[in-house]
Amino acid sequence: MKKNRLGSRLFMGLVFLFLYAPILLLIIFSFNEGNSSVVWKGFSLRWYVELFQDRVVMNSVYTTLLVSLLATVIATAAGTFAAIGFFTMDRRLRRPLMVVNDIPMMNADIVTGVSLCLFFVAAFAGWNGFVSWMESTYRLTAPRLYLGFGTLLLAHISFNIPYVILNVMPKLRQMDKNLIDAAQDLGCTWMQAFWKVVVPEIKPGIISGALIAFTMSIDDFVISYFTAGSATSTLAMTIYGMTKKRVSPEINAISTLLFVTVLVLLIVVNVREAQQEKALAKKK
Amino acid sequence: MSKELIRLANCTMAFDDEVVLDNINLYIKDKEFLTLLGPSGCGKTTTLRIIGGFQTPTSGDVFFDGVRINAVPPHKRAINTVFQKYALFPHLNVYENIAFGLRIPKVDGKGKKVKLPEEEIHQRVMEMLEVVNLRGFEKRHITQLSGGQQQRVAIARALVNKPKVLLLDEPLGALDLKLRKDMQNELKRIQKAMEITFIYVTHDQEEALAMSDTVVVMDAGKIQQIGTPEDIYNEPKNAFVADFIGESNIIDGIMRADGVVEIFNRKFQCLDGGFAKDEPVDVVIRPEDVDIVPEDQGQLKGTVTNVTFKGMQYDIIVDFYGFKWLIQTTDLSPVGSRIGIKIDPDGIHVMKKSQYSGMFGDYSSYSEEYEEISDASFDPEEDQEGGDEE
Repeated sequence: MKKNRLGSRLFMGLVFLFLYAPILLLIIFSFNEGNSSVVWKGFSLRWYVELFQDRVVMNSVYTTLLVSLLATVIATAAGTFAAIGFFTMDRRLRRPLMVVNDIPMMNADIVTGVSLCLFFVAAFAGWNGFVSWMESTYRLTAPRLYLGFGTLLLAHISFNIPYVILNVMPKLRQMDKNLIDAAQDLGCTWMQAFWKVVVPEIKPGIISGALIAFTMSIDDFVISYFTAGSATSTLAMTIYGMTKKRVSPEINAISTLLFVTVLVLLIVVNVREAQQEKALAKKK
Repeated sequence: MSKELIRLANCTMAFDDEVVLDNINLYIKDKEFLTLLGPSGCGKTTTLRIIGGFQTPTSGDVFFDGVRINAVPPHKRAINTVFQKYALFPHLNVYENIAFGLRIPKVDGKGKKVKLPEEEIHQRVMEMLEVVNLRGFEKRHITQLSGGQQQRVAIARALVNKPKVLLLDEPLGALDLKLRKDMQNELKRIQKAMEITFIYVTHDQEEALAMSDTVVVMDAGKIQQIGTPEDIYNEPKNAFVADFIGESNIIDGIMRADGVVEIFNRKFQCLDGGFAKDEPVDVVIRPEDVDIVPEDQGQLKGTVTNVTFKGMQYDIIVDFYGFKWLIQTTDLSPVGSRIGIKIDPDGIHVMKKSQYSGMFGDYSSYSEEYEEISDASFDPEEDQEGGDEE
């Protein structure tokens, strides 16, 4: 028996080693003095300094943060209202719609990315053709549309909404349906009841949804790659681009930062969930 | 008891194709304690929700003080509700729960939004806390309260708005027996003190009899009988009411003349009349209205088949010619003994035959029925669109 347990522990250790050794290696070498990713030349923050002086990298950090924040705010608002819509719907209609909501989350990113790209390109081709026609016949003009920050933002909003819905729905289900009635009974209009009673009740779900949406946005590469166009670049895209040119330890530094950011966000989400479960158990 | 305050006229409610309320006609007087009583799914909660404005009847009208209010939303009605399981706001403390309604800006006569001054809110909340005996609890969190205390907060939260009518949806359903009895007295006291109309929904007949001025017995979306508790108990209109309110033996009889009813081929004196000669009727005999006498002196003779000691009395089951009666007596008659019974004319109540005839009042399957009765403490009303199983 004892031997068996040792074996299983060894196996566990191997699994974790396999999972985390590459990341650990990356983090260690991000502090390497030397140019190499293989030979250790001593501790240094050199690559981090260079990173913060690299305009391309800093630009893409800015783009990433901006698109993530905007997409999170918009997707959280839209997703919350969508969840309430689903919730008040007839069950026969809600079930299939919830399945439809789940599909984008399970869908391969590459498919989502390519299809969004195709959609934008087709829509813009139509619009730009229309603008050309307007210019030649009526001398009226309108801006032509291309892939860029706007399409990147739209794509992020669209893949974030299902996560928000997924997090808000259970909170709505847990809520006593009579609370809305009670608020209205005490003089609230539906909108007042929503802000005064429903929002405080589902707030934990909204915040979890927003945090997960933000995490998804920050570390997305594939969908961004297909929808950002040639002029806009997110952090993940910049890193990918850097690997193509020269393998600089700068990549290690920036990847470390990205890893830590996402890790912190995930820890926050998990701690919140654990606390909520505790509170719920206490209630019962 | 004064003027009429609320009237439901020909109200019908249907969800999809399911008729939940079937042509309800009902009026409620100012300052009365009216109870809607019936088994789960009888439509009593739906009736309450129509009065509260949470549902609009499929057809028919609702009047408040003579004004049709079908389209008036809940927040514009001078009616407040104590919900089943209270529906207190978990994110607010006791004080803020009670102050909730007062903090909503009201639109005055000129269309301007008016907020109550903080001192007035404070004064009214403290007054209500006094009324429901919760002084000193204002900072408590809702989750830190017992069921009875939550109940009181729910009542205070509704009453602080000074409604003309308070609706109560099975408010004592989640409390234990002792607490229920206390809260019944408490509610009755509050209703008298505040001088407002209470409309109370329950499936507990004892509660209904103990508290109400008027009881409305409902079943299958229809009103079966409206009357005072005494009327409902002593003069049930049909077998359903007789069975639902208290225990009763319901026997087939034939009305031979005014004041004479025939049961088991024997004529009994009674006080009822106005039936056709030889009309088949349902006869109700309450278990406590039967006197046990020696076999040879009895109007009917039977064999005791079951005895249950209930503290105040024995419940005994007696077989009369194959039909089993429940009789309550303080004298023990052992199982197997032969007894006779006598019934005074005022112990016999004659009812017209109805769709419920033959469905109730036979104690042949006593044991099962007994279990059902003792298990009637909780039934979540399910006559709405249906809960979510997830």
